[in-house]
Order: sequence, then structure tokens, then C-alpha cells
Amino acid sequence: MIRSIKEIEKAPEFKRLVTSRWVMATILTLLVFITYYGFIIMVGVARDTMALRVGPVTTLGIPVAVLVIVISFILTLVYVVWANARYDRLVATINEKLEE
Amino acid sequence: METTLGQPTVSAILFFLAFVAVSLLITYWAARRTRTTTEYYAAARSVTAFQNGLALAGDYMSAASFLGIAGLVALKGYDGMIYATGWLVGWPVLLFLIAEPLRNLGKYTFADVLAYRLENRPVRVAAAVGGILTVIFYTIAQMVGAGNLIKLMFGIPYEAAVIIVGLVMLVYVLFGGMIATTWVQIIKACLLLGGVTLLMLLGMAQFGFNPGKLYAAVAAKYGQAALEPGGLITNPLDAVSLGLALMFGLLGLPHILMRFYTVPDAKAARKSIAWATGFIGYFYCIIPLVGFSAAVLVGREVIAQIDKGGNMAAPLLAELLGGTPFLGFIAAVAFATILAVVAGLTLAGASALSHDIYVNVVKGGHANEREQVRVARIATLVVGILAILLGILFKGQNVAFMVGLAFAVACSANFPALLLSITWRRFSTAGATASILVGAVMATLLIVLSPTVWVEILNNPAPIFPLKNPAIVSMTASFVVAFVVSLLVPDKKAEAEFEMQKIRTYLAVGAE
Repeated sequence: MIRSIKEIEKAPEFKRLVTSRWVMATILTLLVFITYYGFIIMVGVARDTMALRVGPVTTLGIPVAVLVIVISFILTLVYVVWANARYDRLVATINEKLEE
Repeated sequence: METTLGQPTVSAILFFLAFVAVSLLITYWAARRTRTTTEYYAAARSVTAFQNGLALAGDYMSAASFLGIAGLVALKGYDGMIYATGWLVGWPVLLFLIAEPLRNLGKYTFADVLAYRLENRPVRVAAAVGGILTVIFYTIAQMVGAGNLIKLMFGIPYEAAVIIVGLVMLVYVLFGGMIATTWVQIIKACLLLGGVTLLMLLGMAQFGFNPGKLYAAVAAKYGQAALEPGGLITNPLDAVSLGLALMFGLLGLPHILMRFYTVPDAKAARKSIAWATGFIGYFYCIIPLVGFSAAVLVGREVIAQIDKGGNMAAPLLAELLGGTPFLGFIAAVAFATILAVVAGLTLAGASALSHDIYVNVVKGGHANEREQVRVARIATLVVGILAILLGILFKGQNVAFMVGLAFAVACSANFPALLLSITWRRFSTAGATASILVGAVMATLLIVLSPTVWVEILNNPAPIFPLKNPAIVSMTASFVVAFVVSLLVPDKKAEAEFEMQKIRTYLAVGAE
């Protein structure tokens, strides 16, 4: 039972909320890191792989660069969908308990 | 090819005048709705997520990313695509780490977040230094770019171009505040996205709308090397350091952060980033097609002959495919692009001066609404005139490094303090102040000693600091200083207030 604003911070629901928010943020940030820094390090150390042809002249690097942008956008959507559905509901539950 | 570039054509002037007329009408409308500080700095928090997404895109996509990246792809091929990705990848990270806590904790500036529980005066002064430095470096790059580009496209003298951009922008910000700035940025984003889409479609029509055919034509004309990684990334450490600056610099750009206060709540801030990432991502996906089309259809020699950096690749392609009227349209879009970015920067610089320094440091938070708005307008005037003077002062200088410097300062001075004040209970006033100042000084000093300035501009034979962008060192140093100083000089009051801050951060209890 949460009786006052001061007690929220100690409530298990609130702790779960904060933890889930940062677990989600950390995982998604790491995925962006792997995608982007993976890409530029690959360009730096494995240039020949990026120069491999995937079409008559099209190199592997071209779809990979587009993919870096597309993945970034998809990860953004993943977070927004998660936050709209899960995070906001948890916040609403805690606020309801507070009002009781 | 024959070009009318550099001559003030009728169509260019008409499109430009139409843009200025519409934006001034909006400013007139906005000025009547701009009386309070919340209206002046934050558009009364009435901007929707979709509108803010467009405005963020308009605030962020500069002439450098439009003309510069198209030119880089046209002249250097695939390397331009690598560079383009770096400009997008900060957006998801901004969403994951900063945007919502920033919206819940602050009021008008990112310094509000630091001052929530840390001691007001020292952190506000430090944050204003970091913020204003970022704004000044970015503004110099924008104004010098504006002068050069407008001279190239319209043929009017450099100084006149800088003064026109400065004055028109000042009218928006001075009278219409954030409401006018937001709408100028929204219109600019639509014009830019629409104009570049049309240019891309006209270009691709020449290749049967098949990218494979376009690449084949590029390879036939310039060899397979144009589609392979070239000289941009020779040292992976250098590339990672630049990547860090671009990614985390975004998380410390005052004019971008400020936009999150214009939406009603954290949920709208969150959604606005998804929109912005979509628009900006789409833009960076199609701009290489414009660059490659220009390389094939206009030719590298012609592009480089008019501007060594390739900045005129997109306008030349527009002229070739759509004639003088389309060139005029694209030139006006470039002009609008610069205006919108400089307006956002000026408002951010003015808010640091007036809200952070004057109201909260000089007056200790005690200033009435009328005085605050008046001071905000005076600060806007000061920053606007400073922008014009800096633009004229740096005429003819190589200022390409200024954008890198702005991002280096933003990621080394502003971002670490912002993140730690949100997440770390024991982050102290001394730790924040020291980390901001160390980050700002190190980023600036190391860039001066780096190959970009020490060798290319000061003509020394060898750099003292080996990396082209110092972010990997200066940002790390800023975090280390933040940790060490916070532990050495703790702040019991700030620690005690962390619980209330958390409740506001995650539940938006008490958020404005």
C-alpha cells in the first residue's frame, strides 16, 4: 500500500518501474552501439568485406549503411511501443494506488 | 553544362520572397500569442508530437547535411553514405537516455534539470557556459556556410547574405519566440523533405527508378571504387571518436533539447522522437541517391569546378533536371534551411543567457513575468547580432571544424552532467560543475591541437593530438572528473532530494 508521495520511492512497484525502464534503455542503446560502431569498425578493419559485390556492381556496404539507418528507426519504434503499452500502464497503476 | 547558379534568377527570388512572406505572416500571428515566458521559450507547451517531430527534423537538418552530404557522395562516393549514418544514430539514444526525464524535470533549458537538486548558481553558470559555447561554435559554422552558399547561389555579396539571414531570423525569434520558430522549422522540414524527394525522383527517373542501374552508371563512369569504402575511415579509433561526438553530441545540443519543452508531456516527447527519427532517417536514405545521380548526370568535374567541397551537386542536378525554376526552388529551400537552424540556435543561446544566467543566477529566480520576457527578447537581440558579427568576422575562414567542435563540446560538457544528474544519486554540485568545465576546455583545446586545426588550418607539420575529433578522450575525461569530484566533494542536500527527483522523473508528478 502506498500512502504518501514519500513512500512511493520505497514501493516495489516503483522500483520495478525504474528498473524496467533502464533495462530496456540499456539493451536498446547497446543494440544501437553494436549496429553503428560495428558498422564503422567493419569499414575500418574489413574494408574488403564491405567492398564485396551483392549485385552486378552494388557493394555490400550500400545495403548495410541503409540497414544501420533502418535498424535505428526500428529500435526507436520498439521503445515507443513498449513505453506506450507497458511503462505508461505501470505509471498509471502506481498513480491510482497513490490516489486511493 | 551551362548554369545560372550565382545569378539572382527570377524564380529563386520569387520562391525566397514567398517563403519569407509566409514565415513573416506566421510570425505576426505568433507574436500575438507570445506574451508569457512559457509562450516565448516553449510555445505554451502546445506543440503536438507530430509537429514537434517535424520541427526537430527542421531544427537538426542543416544546409551542411543537405548540400554537404549530397556533395560528398557525388565527389567521394560511398564514403558520403558512411558519414550520413553518423548523423542519425544519436536520435534513438536521445530517446532511450535523455528525452523523457529531461521533459519531466525541466522547464525551459537543460540547465533546469541540473538545477533541480544541485546548487542553483554554480551549475547554472557552468551549464550556460557549455550551452553557449556549443551554440556559438554551431552558429559560426551555420552563418559562414550561409554567407558562402547564398553568395554562390544568388550572387549577392557575402556580408549582405549574412546580414539578411541574421535579420530575418531575428524578426522570427524576437517577435514570435518559440511559436514562430517552431512553425518556421516545420515549414522548412516539409520544403526540404519534399524538395529532396522530388529531386531524387527526377534523378531516379533517368535510371528507370532502379538503384542498381544508377550504381552501374556510377561504376561505369568512375570505377567500382566509387561504391567501396574510400579514405574516410583509415583509422577505426578516429572513426569511433567522431561517431561518439555525433551520437552523444546530439544529446547535449541545447537547441534540440529545448524543443522537448514545447510538447505537453513526456509521452508526446517520446513520440516526437519517433517521428523525427523517421523523417531524418528517410532524408539520409535518399540523399545519397541524389549525390550519385549528380555524379553521373552532372559530372564530378563540373560540380568540383563550381565548389571544391561539392556543395553545389544538388542544386546543379536540380537545374539539369528541372530547369531554372527548380534550381530557384532548391536554392530557396537551402536558404530556408539555414534560417530555421539559426533561429533555433539563437533562441537556445538567448534562453541560456536570460533564463539561466539573468533570471536564476543574477536575480536568484525572482523576476516577474514581464521582466523575464523583456530580458529574453534583449538576450535574443544580443545573440542575433553576435551571430551576424561572427559570420562577418569569420569570412573566408575554413570553419568546417566548427561543427565537429560544437558536437565535441556538447558531448563532453553538456551530456555527461545531464545524464548523471538524472541517474546518479551521489552526483554533486562540485562534480557537475567540474565535469562541464573540464569537458568544454578539453574538447576545445584538443581540437586546436588535432590534425583538423593544428595541421590543416595552422599549417604545422604534425598534430600534437592524433585524433581528428577528441570526443573519445574529452567525454571520458568529463565522466571521470564527474565521478571523482562527486565522491571527493559530496552534496548531502542533493542526495536527499534524489528521491523526490526520481518520483518526478518517472511518474511526472509535479512536472510542468
